[in-house]
Amino acid sequence: MELFINQVLAGISTGAIYACMALAVVMIYQAIDHLNFAQGEMAMFSTFIAYQLLQWGIPYWWTFPLTLIISFAGGIAIERALFKPLGNAPVLVHVAGFIALFAILNSVAGLTWDWTIKQFPTPFGNAPFLGSQLISTHQAGMIGITFILLILLFVFFRFTRVGLAMRAAAALPESAKLVGINVSWMIALGWGMASGIGAIAGILIAPVVFLEPNMMGGVLVYGFASAVLGGLTSPFGAVMGGFLVGVFENLVGTYIPGVGNELKLPIALALIITVLVLRPGGLFGRTFVQRV
Amino acid sequence: MFSFSKTRIAAISTAVITFAMTGGNAIAQKKYDTGATDTEIKIGNIMPYSGPASAYGVIGKIQEAYFNKVNAEGGINGRKIKFISYDDGYSPPKAVEQARKLVESDEVLFVFNPLGTPSNSAIQKYMNAKKVPQLFVATGATKWNDPKDFPWTMGWQPNYQSEGRIYAKYLMTEKPNGKIAILYQNDDFGKDLLKGLKDGLGAKGASMIVLEESYEVSEPTIDSHIVKAKATGADIFVSVTTPKFGAQSIKKVAEIGWKPLFILNNVAASIGSVMKPAGFENGQDIISANYAKDPTDPQWANDQGIKNFDAFLQKYIPEANRTDGSVMFGYNTAQTMALVLKAAGDNLTRDNMMKQAANLKDVQLEGLLPGIKLNTSATDFAPIEQLQLMKFKGDKWELFGDVLSGELGG
Repeated sequence: MELFINQVLAGISTGAIYACMALAVVMIYQAIDHLNFAQGEMAMFSTFIAYQLLQWGIPYWWTFPLTLIISFAGGIAIERALFKPLGNAPVLVHVAGFIALFAILNSVAGLTWDWTIKQFPTPFGNAPFLGSQLISTHQAGMIGITFILLILLFVFFRFTRVGLAMRAAAALPESAKLVGINVSWMIALGWGMASGIGAIAGILIAPVVFLEPNMMGGVLVYGFASAVLGGLTSPFGAVMGGFLVGVFENLVGTYIPGVGNELKLPIALALIITVLVLRPGGLFGRTFVQRV
Repeated sequence: MFSFSKTRIAAISTAVITFAMTGGNAIAQKKYDTGATDTEIKIGNIMPYSGPASAYGVIGKIQEAYFNKVNAEGGINGRKIKFISYDDGYSPPKAVEQARKLVESDEVLFVFNPLGTPSNSAIQKYMNAKKVPQLFVATGATKWNDPKDFPWTMGWQPNYQSEGRIYAKYLMTEKPNGKIAILYQNDDFGKDLLKGLKDGLGAKGASMIVLEESYEVSEPTIDSHIVKAKATGADIFVSVTTPKFGAQSIKKVAEIGWKPLFILNNVAASIGSVMKPAGFENGQDIISANYAKDPTDPQWANDQGIKNFDAFLQKYIPEANRTDGSVMFGYNTAQTMALVLKAAGDNLTRDNMMKQAANLKDVQLEGLLPGIKLNTSATDFAPIEQLQLMKFKGDKWELFGDVLSGELGG
């Protein structure tokens, strides 16, 4: 029983990592209606920018907003330079673009900061949280920030004009244009925000997994899985999906003898497929009905 | 037709024999195979400059810099080295393509230090069929020491099984009644070391192991495995991990307040790129083993070998990160290669390259720990088979005990 509780707790803290990433995935999906394969590398790159600022002696609480602003601007710049020209190209061209971006960011980070792992500081410390050695204060802080982000996003998409305009631009670009929404800039804004959320995710994840150019490789797969499980249209679903995947994966690894460890990820993915067969919109997502 | 070709062969071989006999003395001075001339020796190399293992690409860059140094200082026996290094992206089929290119189009004398167990496995048959040396491969798998079946392939670093045996020996004397939890990377590297450890523990030791837990490199964190290992009540934890996961395991074990006898494999024992990021306070008393000097270890600050190493980096590749264990690895392997080429003298045939590589006797390198010696023979293709145990104290590794040999069968 103790092992069970411990694994659930460990799963929740790993789940927080997935949840953070899943939020960024949902954000970009809301804006462009695609999954961005370079999302993880963008987050990694932002984290390296934060690392560099810290190396230059800028205090943590200055670095944090600075990194967010740089990442936000960077996201918009990437959209303007790379994806706006591809605006009307088929989906496959976009996918190729994402993969190219992935490779470029990964290699440039490796070339600039080399491939060894770097320690990244945490603002929360690493002491046991509330006496539990299984969740550190950093991981608790991470869960907290994930929920704050979640609430902010919820408010943004539900109650602000820009948020509503963004949703409209992603869901029905033609109609959005007709009511006077600047769809092109809404997409750019979505990229900027996704990049900013990615930066927060990266900064929170790096103290746990250590900063290096391939830091997000595994995380992104789980981030996608969480987002899909929770529903790509729902930030809340993405966060819940993250925690569910984290916990489920640990329990599979612990309690299914023999194959559990090696098939941890496949089993988690099989669960996701099962959910999607039963509920195509994800656990918390809305199903869109397309009119013909 | 049959008899005709037979006669022709006979005629040709007679001519060859006559030529060899008459010209024998004159060319005994200088003998060349493809890839070597009076002025140049062409060396091929394959590295993962891109792809998932690109962190190791720096090894190729260091080797290139080292050969630049050799050339700047006049070359080897008057010949300049031409180092041709290709990228295989850590992909075996690409490695085969690059090996073919090196052998058939660039016409190198031999291929030196190609990296990775999968890539070397993929090119081994080809290299041996072509009788082109595949020298000092950059992988710790045990299978490279097989002169009978693969006389053209040779390893360099201590193999993972030897390392596992050394830890087993240590555990048997230190904690004969301990309970061991092992976390290992689920690939050739992890399984090889695990096998060495289990072989070393023997029948009695098998009962000491309470958990063999594997992880995949694609996992973002290995926290869950550590939690599971602690729950077994083990008092010995063996972490068979690559640097990132090594650092994670050190940090997590400390975080959850577990205090086992912690054994960390050599791959993850770098001070600069593992112990420091993981936090020195978390790494106290960890046991590991090494054969090379760690340039980031303060105890070598005044060591002549490390001073030479730093001077070399400064002059030939100042952008290299000396805290990266791969940098020292590239330096040591390139130095070994230069020694073998020097010993080969003017007899630069592929056959003689293998002969010289298999004729290392108590060779010491300035980048290796004192007492670690390279030894090879016609039946022993494993140059380094010794390691010394060490314990992490403060901010450095303290070596202890004798230099140990984990020779298989020994």
